[in-house]
Amino acid sequence: MTATQKPRKRIRFSTVMDHIVLTLGALFMLVPMLMVFQLSTVPDAEIIQRGPSLNIGDQLDDNFVKAMFEASGFSGENTGVSMLINSFILGIGFAVGKIILGMMAAYAIVYFRLRFATLAFWAIFTTLLLPLEVRILPSYEIVQSLGMLNTYQGLIIPLIASATATFFFRQFFLSVPEELVAAARIDGAGPVKFFIDILVPLSRTMIAAMFIIMFVYGWNQYLWPTMITTEEDMYTLVRGIKQIIQVFEGTNLPEYGRGNLLALIAVIPPVLIVVFFQSWFVKGLTESDK
Amino acid sequence: MAVVHFDAVQKIYPNGFEAVKPASFHIEDGEFVVLVGPSGCGKSTMLRMIAGLEDISDGVLQIGGRVVNDIDPADRDIAMVFQNYALYPHMSVRNNIGYGLKNRAVPRDVIAAKVEEAAKMLNLSDYLDRKPSQLSGGQRQRVAMGRAIVRDPALFLFDEPLSNLDAKLRNQMRIEIKALQRRLGVTSVYVTHDQVEAMTMADRIIVMNGGVIEQIGTPAEIYKTPASTFVASFMGAPPMNLLQVTREGAGLRLADQVLNIAAADIDETVTLGIRPEDIVPDPNGSLSIHVDIIEELGAHRLLHGRLEEQSITVHVPKDHDVTTGMSRFSMPLNAVSLFDAKSGRRLS
Ligand SMILES: Nc1ncnc2c1ncn2[C@@H]1O[C@H](COP(=O)(O)OP(=O)(O)O)[C@@H](O)[C@H]1O
Ligand SMILES: [Mg+2]
Repeated sequence: MTATQKPRKRIRFSTVMDHIVLTLGALFMLVPMLMVFQLSTVPDAEIIQRGPSLNIGDQLDDNFVKAMFEASGFSGENTGVSMLINSFILGIGFAVGKIILGMMAAYAIVYFRLRFATLAFWAIFTTLLLPLEVRILPSYEIVQSLGMLNTYQGLIIPLIASATATFFFRQFFLSVPEELVAAARIDGAGPVKFFIDILVPLSRTMIAAMFIIMFVYGWNQYLWPTMITTEEDMYTLVRGIKQIIQVFEGTNLPEYGRGNLLALIAVIPPVLIVVFFQSWFVKGLTESDK
Repeated sequence: MAVVHFDAVQKIYPNGFEAVKPASFHIEDGEFVVLVGPSGCGKSTMLRMIAGLEDISDGVLQIGGRVVNDIDPADRDIAMVFQNYALYPHMSVRNNIGYGLKNRAVPRDVIAAKVEEAAKMLNLSDYLDRKPSQLSGGQRQRVAMGRAIVRDPALFLFDEPLSNLDAKLRNQMRIEIKALQRRLGVTSVYVTHDQVEAMTMADRIIVMNGGVIEQIGTPAEIYKTPASTFVASFMGAPPMNLLQVTREGAGLRLADQVLNIAAADIDETVTLGIRPEDIVPDPNGSLSIHVDIIEELGAHRLLHGRLEEQSITVHVPKDHDVTTGMSRFSMPLNAVSLFDAKSGRRLS
């Protein structure tokens, strides 16, 4: 009887190739991380002497305590924890600010009869050509003259104007059926109610996707925090790690183990956010549930 | 409930396209009026002007005796049902139906009661906590109806509400909507491109074509005395036969016979209209039609053939024997409509 025969699984060449490529890609990404991990478990002297090895040392908990709770620098105020908090404030403030601003700009462009709506949109769009690096001196000048150096506002506000978010939300709003807008108008939803009651909930997958991208982007900011924060209690992780490894005090070695561990810790929140929001992210970019 | 009054209402879109030519008519209180016409003829534009979703370019529109040209849709005391339902996808059925009341600051317990009542009327009570995506097309359209009903509006507007449903459901919903409107007695304007819907639902039909109102009348009037060849061929399935006839003496020549119709004030060529069911098989009849195809429809048959070179359709009862080939038919002259061949307008 053929019915009892199990269909034979044929392993196809292309499937094997797919897996090889994926595995190699994963290794390519993971090996440096494992190396950093290994380096954060051995004494600093050994790193200088032998470099990376396969030897897992016993310094991990020591380094963890140092990385998280021991202050570095002069003021004694930038522990790993405080830098972590600063990074979170920057990442979340950056992402939330960009989303709010981008959504509101897109809302105005799509739904209101502005005289120069299209022009305004393209003007916003061309700012993609002017990233922070290009305008860093004038931006610094403005923040400085507003007295916002070493403040969270100074860290976040100059970065949140976002052509990317405006663009994505505009495209999304354009795809919301016109009938839905009409129905809401007849139901007596004014501009504010329509935005809050209808558009924001409809955009939630889009918002989640934006949040991930922007959070990671904000978290990884280096140049701007370096310029704006000179007081150590305002340091973010990405900026602080570098300082740990730079510090030479007399004959002391740079604290490689501690720096490496902090680098690993710095990777974790973005990874968690991506893992947590992943399904939303994919939905937001592909689904059209309107 | 309200009367609706159109006075030379016109719509010109910003790109200069005149979608609705100046239109004047009157809708009675409690009347069910169907706006029908081919796609692109300006029906939706007309309806959206009543709703306030589209500005009125010129003319005056009154609802319930009040000029509404510059009044916001939310304040016109209307409710609208859309083709694609336009439900809020993130809200439960309950919230969808109650949203308009909530925006009008109606107390919560009143909203809840009204939603329950509307849901009961529409057989939606079991679905109040579902999302629209968990409902079938027919149920979604019922939710949209519920949203309209709870508002207790003076005027219902429907824009092709049934065209996304399958044929069976469409027939059923047609009857439901009509019954509901009867029960509530709310003045309604219903847009469709489907002449069957128009004929079956309307108290009065407004036939539109190319932004112009071709005819306004009861379904029977429209069917019996179409005001133009357009109406004659658009309303009724199969449509009215339209045949070219020429003047001859005091009568009109159709194929090999002269019809004894007083045609003194008529141009040389005239279009003669006759409904397929008004042509009857008659061995002694004067019309010789060559039948090409017999379409079997159960209750009756449709014969498609030629009268000399002009194609013609005849509707015969099911118990009547027919064969393809030459057959003789006759038609009563009082069932004939005459149209100006050039303008297409009805003569007398
Ligand atoms: N916003 C608009 N701008 C310009 N022309 C429009 C606009 N909306 C509709 N039209 C045109 O007006 C005509 C009538 O449209 P509509 O009222 O939607 O027709 P329908 O009878 O199919 O509902 C169509 O030819 C359409 O192309
Ligand atoms: Mg339409």
